[in-house]
This record gives sequence, C-alpha cells and structure tokens, in this order.
Amino acid sequence: MGAGRYSALSLLRGALGGHRHWGRAWRAGEPRGPYDVIVIGGGGHGLATAYYLAKEHGIRRVAVIEKGWIGGGNTGRNTTIVRSNYRQPQLQRLLEYSLKLWHGLSDELNYNVMFSPRGALFLGHSDADMARLAERGDALIAMGIDADLIDRDAVARLVPLFDMRRDARWPIEGGLIQRRGGTARHDAVAWGFARAADNLGVDIIENCEVTGFLRDGNRVTGVRTTRGDIAAGRTGICVAGNSGHVAGLAGLKLPIESHTLQAWVTEPVKPMIDTVVMSQTLHCYFSQSDKGGIVGGGDPDFFPSYAQRGAPIRLEDSIAQAISLVPALSRLRMVRSWAGVTDMSFDGSPIIGETPLDGLYLNGGWCYGGFKATPGSGRLYAHLLATGQSHPIAAPFDLARFAQGRTIDEAGAGPMPQNR
Amino acid sequence: MRAGLGIDGEAMRFTFDGKAYWGVDGDTLAAALMANGVRLLARSFKYHRPRGIMAMGVEEPSALVTLGEGARAEPNVRASDVFLYPGLVAMSQNAWPSLRHDVGAVNSLVSALIPAGFYYKTFFGPPSRWMIYERFIRRAAGLGRPPQVADPDRYGHRAAFCDVLVVGAGPAGLAAALRAVEAGRRVILVEQDALPGGSLLRENVTIDGVPGAKWAARAVGRIRAAGGRVLMRTTATGHWDDNFVTAVERRVEPGQTSRGLAQVLWKLRCGDVILASGALERPLVFADNDVPGIMLAGAARALALRYGVAPGRRAVIATSHDEAYRTAFALAGLGVEIVAILDSRVDPQGPLVNAARARFPVLVDARPLRGLRRGVALAGVEAIVGTTRRRFVADCLAMSGGMSPVLHLHRQAGGALDYDAARGAFLPGAARQRQVTVGAAAGEHDLRAFLGPASIDDPLGPVVPAEPGPIWRGEARGKAFVDFQNDVTTADLALAQREGYVSVEHTKRYTTLGMGTDQGKLGAMVALAQIADERGLPLPEAGLTMFRPPYTPVTLGAFAGPARGDHAAPIRRLPLAEAHDALGALWVPAGAWMRPRVYLRPGESLGEASLREARMVRSLAGVVDVSSLAKFEIAGPDALAVVEAVCATPVARLGVGRGRYTVMLREDGMVMDDGTLWRLAEDRWLLTGSTGGAARMARHLSYVADILLARPRAAVINVSEHWAGLAFAGPRAAGLLAELTGQPVPAHMGLAQATIAGAPVRVLAASYSGERAFEVHVPAYRAAGVFAALVRAARGVGGGVYGLDAMDHLRVEKGHVVIGAEADGRAIPADLGLGGMLRTSGGFVGWQALTRPALADCAGRRQLVGVTSIDGVPIPEGAMLVVREGEEPVGHVTTSAPRVAGEGAIGLGLLVDGGARHGEALLAWSPTRKQCVPVQVGVPLFYDAEGARYRD
Amino acid sequence: MLLIPCPHCGPRIQEEFAYERSADSVVRLDDAPAVAMTALFSRANLRGEEAEIWVHAQGCGQWLRLTRDRMSHAIRSVEPL
Repeated sequence: MGAGRYSALSLLRGALGGHRHWGRAWRAGEPRGPYDVIVIGGGGHGLATAYYLAKEHGIRRVAVIEKGWIGGGNTGRNTTIVRSNYRQPQLQRLLEYSLKLWHGLSDELNYNVMFSPRGALFLGHSDADMARLAERGDALIAMGIDADLIDRDAVARLVPLFDMRRDARWPIEGGLIQRRGGTARHDAVAWGFARAADNLGVDIIENCEVTGFLRDGNRVTGVRTTRGDIAAGRTGICVAGNSGHVAGLAGLKLPIESHTLQAWVTEPVKPMIDTVVMSQTLHCYFSQSDKGGIVGGGDPDFFPSYAQRGAPIRLEDSIAQAISLVPALSRLRMVRSWAGVTDMSFDGSPIIGETPLDGLYLNGGWCYGGFKATPGSGRLYAHLLATGQSHPIAAPFDLARFAQGRTIDEAGAGPMPQNR
Repeated sequence: MRAGLGIDGEAMRFTFDGKAYWGVDGDTLAAALMANGVRLLARSFKYHRPRGIMAMGVEEPSALVTLGEGARAEPNVRASDVFLYPGLVAMSQNAWPSLRHDVGAVNSLVSALIPAGFYYKTFFGPPSRWMIYERFIRRAAGLGRPPQVADPDRYGHRAAFCDVLVVGAGPAGLAAALRAVEAGRRVILVEQDALPGGSLLRENVTIDGVPGAKWAARAVGRIRAAGGRVLMRTTATGHWDDNFVTAVERRVEPGQTSRGLAQVLWKLRCGDVILASGALERPLVFADNDVPGIMLAGAARALALRYGVAPGRRAVIATSHDEAYRTAFALAGLGVEIVAILDSRVDPQGPLVNAARARFPVLVDARPLRGLRRGVALAGVEAIVGTTRRRFVADCLAMSGGMSPVLHLHRQAGGALDYDAARGAFLPGAARQRQVTVGAAAGEHDLRAFLGPASIDDPLGPVVPAEPGPIWRGEARGKAFVDFQNDVTTADLALAQREGYVSVEHTKRYTTLGMGTDQGKLGAMVALAQIADERGLPLPEAGLTMFRPPYTPVTLGAFAGPARGDHAAPIRRLPLAEAHDALGALWVPAGAWMRPRVYLRPGESLGEASLREARMVRSLAGVVDVSSLAKFEIAGPDALAVVEAVCATPVARLGVGRGRYTVMLREDGMVMDDGTLWRLAEDRWLLTGSTGGAARMARHLSYVADILLARPRAAVINVSEHWAGLAFAGPRAAGLLAELTGQPVPAHMGLAQATIAGAPVRVLAASYSGERAFEVHVPAYRAAGVFAALVRAARGVGGGVYGLDAMDHLRVEKGHVVIGAEADGRAIPADLGLGGMLRTSGGFVGWQALTRPALADCAGRRQLVGVTSIDGVPIPEGAMLVVREGEEPVGHVTTSAPRVAGEGAIGLGLLVDGGARHGEALLAWSPTRKQCVPVQVGVPLFYDAEGARYRD
Repeated sequence: MLLIPCPHCGPRIQEEFAYERSADSVVRLDDAPAVAMTALFSRANLRGEEAEIWVHAQGCGQWLRLTRDRMSHAIRSVEPL
C-alpha cells in the first residue's frame, strides 16, 4: 500500500496508465509467529479487530487466520443494514459506539465502504405498534441516540410506493426512523479493514483453517492449523456461525447455536426505495442497493444448520410480506437467494469476553445483527485482546452472564433461538 | 414467407420503441426483431455500448427490454425469452433520449476512469457527501424502470409429487421421460421453452423419419397419453433438500394480460430427478466482442433453422470446436454468404470439418482479434490467421468457445463437479441426492447415446466433444468482454488479480462478474479460464462459485403466490365476530386475532368511549369477549404432576371447584405467561393463559408432559377454541347472572356448571377488572345465544358491552400485569411483585434459573410500580421514567390509563429498585411525543386494595 | 425442504415439524441448579451430527429424537420420545 493511497487523483493517474500501477490491497500472508495476537476468523469483525489492535494499541504482530477467503462468511451474506436503534441500553451503547465509527469509516480506512445513512425505518401497523415505537424512540433519545417518530404522511413521503390504504392487511400507521442509520457495502468493509490492517503490518492468512489449539495446562498458547502450528500470546475467536465448532476444538461449549438465515435480491432497477424498511410485526426488512437490486430478508429457518441453505418457504414468507408493504415489488424478479450461518446466542445478544481458558477470548453470538456492529465490535475486541480487560461498553456482554442471570434479551424471547 | 422449425405462420403485430412490426406465431421477440432487420436492442449497463442479440434463450445477457405497459410493465425481460402475442409492446431500457443516440455512451469515453471497483477508491469525505455522489450512481444503476403500481396479475402455488422429475424436454430429457412413463412411473417433465425439442429446434435432424421438432412434439403427446404431466414454459429454478424442486410456470408471456393465473410456482417432491438441462455455449473473448451482429453460433443457427431468419448477409464463423460448423451450413441454407470459418485449432479433423472445407473457406489456427463497428452494427472482423492479421467484411459473426453443461440444479442439490480438460468444461460428478444428469448436461452431445434404437438422420453427422476457447491475450485495442451484462472486461479481471482479489469469489464481487440478471451463464467458464491463466493455475483450481437458486430470475409475485392482500397472513376471527359487528365494534389486531377495542357511540372519541365503558363496569355491569384466551384441560391420575411442573404457584391444595391466579415461567426463570388455574375435579384441571401466548403454552405443556415427565398418565388438551369466553363483571353482575342461570352464583374464585339461554356453560368466578366478575365459558358454536342474553341483562340495568381498551383501564387500576407489557419476557416473578406467590417446594419449570446470583437478589433490577400523574395529565404510554429531563432512563411506563374510579391519570411501570422508591417524584418523559409529565411512584394498585368488591 | 420420517406418519415435510432443542440440553425438573443451567446454556453445536429433539407439531404431535447432520442435513435416525 503506502504509495497506493486511494483518491480521485490516484484514479486519474491510474486511468492514464491503464491501471497497472495498483498493488495488492492486502498481502497474501504467510503464517509466521509467534504473534502477540491471533484473530481466528477473517470476516468483518476479525479484520476490524486486527486493524484496531495495530492502529490504536500499536500491536502489529497480529495474524488474522481465515479458513477460506476473507469476508466469505456472514460479512458477504448479510442485508447490509447499519443502525443502532435497539431497545436495551447495553445494546444501544454498543451499537451507537459502532455507528459513530461507521460515520467516519471510509476516510479512516481510505477505502470507500459506501456507508450511506439513508435512514433505517421501523413501521408501525397499529396504535399498539406506534406506542411501542414511541417507547423505543424515547429510550433512544434519552440515551443520546437519534430517533424520529413520524406519522403516516411522513412515511408515505419517505417511500411513496408504500400501500397506505387504511384497510390493508397491515396498514401503515406511522414509523420510527433513525436517520443516521442506513446501509454499507458489505464486501468493501472486509476489504477496507484488510487493506488498512495489512498496511499496518498485520498478516492476513487465508486458506488456513484452525484444527486445534496449542495448550499449556489451562492456557492457550496458539493454534494448530492446516498450515502448521502458530504460537500466540492471546488468541481471539471471531468466527460467527462457526463459533461452536471452533470453541469445541478447545473443549468448550457455548450458549450459541448455529441457524440458517436466508436473504434475496432482485434484478437491478432504477431507484424506487430510498430508505431501509423494517417491520417487527411482519419480521421482514428490505432496502435498495446502489446497484439497484432490492435486497430483503425475514425470519430465519428455525433449526440448527451449518449448510448455508434453507427451505424456500422462508423466502416466500418474507417476500409476501414485502409485497404487502410495497405492492410494486411484485413484478420485480428475484435474481439470487442465499443463506448464512448465524450464531444465535441464548439471549440474542453478542458475547465479547474471556473464556474459561487463559489466553483464549471469544467474540460471537451476534445472531443476525452482526454487520452493523462491525467496526465497534472490532474496536472493543481489540481493547480486550490488547489489555486483557473489557472495555466498559463490552463488559456486560461477557460469557458469564448466562450462568449469573444477567442476560440482555432484546426480544424478551428467552434462550431458545427458534423463538427469537 | 418465413419457414422454420418453431414458427407457425400466423402473423402477429407488435411494437418496439413505438414502431410497429410484424412477426409470426412462435417467434420470440428477439427473432421477430431480427426478422425485421432490427439489430440494435439495448445499451449496456455501465458503458452504454450498443448491443444486439447474443444468445437465443435465457442466457441472453444484453438484449433486455421492458414489456407491457402501465400496471403490467415488466422491466429487464430478455428479448429471447418472450414469445410474441398479439399487441405485444416492448420498449428499450437504459438509454436516453433514444436507443440509437444515447447520452450514456459518454461513459464509454471515460471508461478509463471507471474500471471495476473504482468507487472503492474515491468519493471520500463525510457520508453526506457520499450520498450526493450516490444519488447519481443509483440513478445510473439499475437496468429497467420499476413498476409504480400494484400488480394486477395473480400467481398460484401448486404442489405435485412424482416418481421421476425430468428437467428439460430436449432429446435426452424426452427419451428419459418416455422410458419412465413406459415403465409405469409417475412422471413430471418440465421445459422452460414454449416448444419441446431443445437442441433439435436448431438442427436439421430427422428422428424416425420426422423432423426433430415434430418428433419432440409427438414424444410429448405420448408422454401425456401415458399419464405423464408435461409443463411447458416451466423452469425448474431450485433444487432443495430431499429432491424438493421448485419450478415456475409462465402461463402468459411477460406483459401479457392473463385471465387466470399469470404464473404458478410448482413445489415438486420427487423420487428421482433426471437433469436434462442441456449445455450453454461459451462466447469467445476478443476486443469489442459485443458489437451488435456478434452472437453465439448456436443462436445464429437457431435464428436460421427455428425462426427462418438470416442473421446477416455475410457471416464469419469463429470457433474452437466442431459444433459451430453446423451454423455455417444452416446459414448457407438461407443464402447467407459464409465469408470464413475461423477455427482456433491448428489441425481440426473429422467428417464435419471436411464437409465444411468443401463448401466454405476454413482457416485454421485462426481466431478473431476485434469486432469492427460502423455506427451501431458490425461491419467486419479483424482476425489473426497463424501469424498474419486479416480483415473480413461481415455483418454477422457467429462465435463459439465450446459448450458448458448446465449444472446449476445438480450443484444446488449438493452434487460435485468433475473437470474434463478435453472439453474444457465441468461435468456433473457425484450427486448427493437421487439425481442423475443426462444428455448435453452430462457432456453427451451424440443423440445416438440416449435415443437408442431410434433412427437418426443427421446430415452433418454426430457431434464431437468441444475444446475450450482460446485465452484472450489483449492482442488488439478495445474492450474484451467476459460478462456482457455488467460490462466486465478482461482488463477488469486482470485488475482484480493485480489488486489481490484473486479468489473467484473476490473477483466476482469486486468486478461484479456474474452478478447480473443472467447470473453469469455465458461468462462463468470464460472468466474462470482467464483467472486461471492470470494466476498460472489449472482451471479447476481457480475455483467455481456456488450456484444459488433461482436458476433464472423469478417474479417476486410468484413466491408470494396466493398470500396477497387479506390472504397475506390469516386473520383469526372470534366466534362472536358477527355479533360484535352488529354492536358497532371497532376492531384492533391482537397478534393474528381481531378483537373489539371499543363500541363507539356517535360523537365519542376513542378515549371517551373506553372510559365510559370502564366506568359502566365499575358501577353497573359489562360483558367483554375473552374467547381468544388460551385454555387447556389437563386430566388423569398424573394431572397434578403436569400442573405442578408448569405452574410456579402452589396448586396441590386447591380444592375441587376452586381456582387461583397462577404464573408460568420459562426455563430461564422469566415470566412466560399468567392466567388462572381451576380444579374441575380431583384429577381434572383447567388452565387459562394469555391470548398471545396460546401457541407457546400449548407447545410448552406438550413438552413438559411428554419430555420432562416422560408421558405421565395425563391428557393435555388444548381447548382454547372449544370454548368461547365471556367475562361478565360489575356490582350488578352477580345478581343478573343468578337470574339468568336460575341458581346461586359461585363464590369468588369458585366455579359452577350452569345453563344460560339453553346452552351449557361453566362459570368461573374470577375477576380481572377488580369488580365481582364471572368468566362464562360456553361451547363456541353456542356462544351467540349466551352473549345476547348477557348483553341484554347488562343493558337492562344500564350496562352493556365493553372492549379491550376499557378492560385495560380496569386492570391497570388493579395492578394486574399483562404478558408483553409488564411481563416483557425479561421479568422474573419478584420483579412483578409475584415473588411471594412462588411455590417454595420448587419443582416447577424455571426454579433453577431463579437461583442464579443476579436474580436471587433483586437489587438493581426493574420492578413493577404504579405511577400517578401529579397534575392529572395523561401519562404517555412507553415514556421513559427519569429523574430529570435529558438523563438516562431509570425505567419506563408500561401501560397508561385514565383513573376509572375517580379522576386523573395513572399507569404501571418498571423502575429500577422500584420497590424502594414509593413516594418518589419522577418525570414520564417522551421526547418523541414532546411530553414530559410529572408522576409519583407508588404501589401498583389504585383500587380496592382489600378486595371488598369480590365479597357479595 | 427436508423430508422427516415420522415414525407414526411416515415421511412428511419439514414444515410440519418444529425443532425444539438439542437432545443434551433438556433441563430436568429435579436437576440441581448448576447442572440445569449448564444444560440450558451450553451447546456443543457441532459442525456435524447431533441428536436433536423435534415435534411433529402440524401432524401427530409426537415428540421425536433425530440424529441429524448439521452440515448435510442427512437424517440418520428418528425415534419417538
């Protein structure tokens, strides 16, 4: 990198030279070691962690170990929604911490992650819904987070294609919008963090799968991989849906179960939906990407799976709901559907903290809300891996909370992931 | 008059960009336009380059048009995948002001500034600035204009089962389907085209003496006659677990008005699946290989033989294998001059090649370098023959870089791929499900291999396996396209490799290769070859991206099917819905249920009505419909064990004929539901619960009985819908009820059997409102008479019906919690003041979780409190409880209500350490509603603390 | 869309069934709190075969123990519980 700084001028220079001067965005890392920190998992969170370790804590002997290609897991499969408008205060603090980072991320990384605060809108379909949205909005504003309770007319102005009939199956009574929320280009986040971390000396080692842990009594001293043993001072697991599998290699069981979540995208069309639309009554959400396709999703598949595929009925449900909100969607064509493996924690909130093994840390259990937390999660995890202490914002999300009864249950749905 | 294997003769009129043309029944729009000499159909996505037809099927990348008008407009339709119908209206897309003169073409001039991924390298600054650039990007992106109105078409879902599903009615598929029906199997055959025949529709082959197309039509007849189901215009789009296949049937063409269903989503469960999905032709990669007039060799052949259209006057064939030679013969048959056949092989042999040599100029070691454009059409081809550069004048270039088997469904089903170097293609490997691939999809192009004893007459001889097309080495200036739809060139692929996006997944996402509506059908293998070449790897090691459903784009409406409008989700109506309507009820959703909210009188506001109703209950008598509440009967010698497991309160000492309030906990100790428990007999219990929790309670009871108690001698029956429930409450209720039943009413928390208006009822003397009250259960189908009797009785003393809002006001005064409001799934019994109610002997679901340290001691937890508005101003529901405005919340108002008994405003709330803060003054702050109401914290009970109202 | 072989009803579509929990996570009413909370809050969550508890909710209502591979979805065995 270095001389390869991105800018409009550099693009112009590239144009004149047939774009031959561009170098690799990140080196093809080779396992070396010993490292101060190994991050297992080359998704957005893991790469962000490595970046912040180097950038903020000056720890550069860091390796990110990824079994496939970086960003190939949930980072490349989500529906790109970024927001912090949750209800529980601990989650509000955590996601707002992350949202603030989103707002400066492209410049920080010198990589346009295309963060677009086009608004994240929750719809209300009844007076009861509106009261709940008002409560959420009140809680957010009281915590210093932006929220706007808007009426039917304002909602209709935001998305003119909404079905605003009062006798619709789910009439739209109003909404709560977080204007600072929106979308980002998911792949760019992984690549941006990778390039920035690599530039600071982090080794990004792809196609290297962790097959075990190196132990010294109760202490984890490194990892065993398909490319050899690598020693580390501290090791951080950051593998989303594979958390159970990797933790199992250390003999650990977690309050996490891996479930499938599907999503779909339509062919690209000219702009028709300018904001992110979500409904908690309907469990569906959709937005329009910069390429023009409508990206949407809904409920997960409700049973454990690592297969990254689900049943078509889930797609049918979320699409039927999206069409009932925006009838004009009906004639658009779905071009692709896909699935990710979500790490469903047993209170619906992430786990960032120590494990029972010394030197081994965990960041996982993000359920289907991980993408929006990418920079925040990385920075908080870096803090933990660098200092051995949890940042105050991450502290409530420790692994011990389940045994102690301090769960953070946004949905109030309890431990079973399929009830979430 | 045109003659072709696929056209019928009946003339059809259609328009394209406002101009009228004539086509023939059986034409695709693409063929009809070509027949009319229209060769410019579209502008490409990014560079707005002029584009014509490349392929003759679903794999067409560029010729996308908008079909239909108004509500039926459908953008991004492949011109080669829509069949003519009378009155077809088509418009070009993505060009302004016209297709011929498109200002977007300026993008081509600045293309050096906008290579793949350029947007990642610029547009920095605050997000607000990015959003300004983004507005232009979004406007430039997108191919077609989306519809603005609701979809008038209707879509159906159908399920079907078969022993054998055959995908594809080409020769291999038809042969397989015939064998299966003749063996007596239940067969379904699906074909995405409008005609059966597949490759036979673009060849001059006769089978058993008839032209291939006719043989195919007859084969379909035979399959149907034998009981097989043949679905034409039906694409198998997804192959899911256990041979579950989704297929989409088009009953009308895009933009066409349908009288019945426009499309049907078939859900097929199959014993065996035979994939005869054919193979797609690969383009050749050379500079400007996208000029209108350049098309796949198979497409040119289809134009000639199926549609009787000459794709040009002077044609060059460019190929790396034998099959494209067939195109030369087909075109020559229509009088097209074959200027040259450029074969990239050094020494091609075989009868087909030799036959061609006899008629046409065949040049070996020859391949195209550049398509030469004049205006918007092909004028010639620059080629290299050996080491000599040559130019050919031509208005058509038919190219072929080999055939790639269509293996999408095989891969979706988890099948493996085997790379065949000779063919330069992936062939189906081991299948994970009961599925087999035949025909061209398995790399077998020789008809004799699957038509068996049929006599095949192919003047050009059987087809021989293909070789991969040559790798483009940039020998001429110009853009060499790998993905035509997203305008991805070899330069973009090289850039991706250079920048380290080396894996095929990264390359794809960085360059947008294969992410268009054609899903990379043409470009996938070609791109892989280029990537492998860049990385110095054998092709199969460069990887292959995952194939995802749907195989071709599917209309969203088809997924929704019948779930539209009111049918988007079921609505549950109470047994007494009609009676409530007659009384003028205003309905409100409660989950999937619709429940009466209030019964408005003329001139009343909602608030006035609900307060009137609530006061009516406090002073006289009222009837409210509580039918939607959950109800379960548990009976048998071990019934008590079930009840004790589920209910966290003492139950064993409850006498027969008595009831009590109870709570049910989740395994994590949180309050899951609450209700009443009644002992109907020694071994027979009735448990009620909340409306919203009914399904959850049913599952929970079943789990407790069958799993935790290992099938005790007890039956657990969900009687929620057997009984309608009517709560009859108020100081006059007892007297009125005694009159109606002709017997004394049960004491408070007692029960009795009775008869009202001739219907058997059970009377449970429980109160939610705080007045002397009776919950009357009657069989749902007998409810109308009982309801009428109760309402009449209440009205007789000046009372009447009341709804959900009034019921809510009443229960707030009594401090009753509601599941979902106060009991929000995060509250343990002690939080809600119910800690003292728990059974000390334990043994109920959730007891262990309550022993956890943070729960055993309630310090710092939110607790249920009552809040009273100090100035009488209504308290906004959901407002935050704060010490000072602007501070972080210490709680929130869960429910707000007017005082029913008296004046003023009250509410219930959850407040940190609420139990120790009675008397404190706080603010109920709602910044969203711009309200800040001073409140006083107190006991969550505002009425009749002694329970005097329950005593007769 | 999986076909699950209900011992009572034969192979039926997955939509008729509901996944409840992994077989090793059942909390018995007489389990000590530590044992109960461990069972409730920890899972092996293997990237392979596990024993699971399902119920034929839209069918016969039978509770079932399935041994199922979470990568391939292949069902090795189904027993009534």
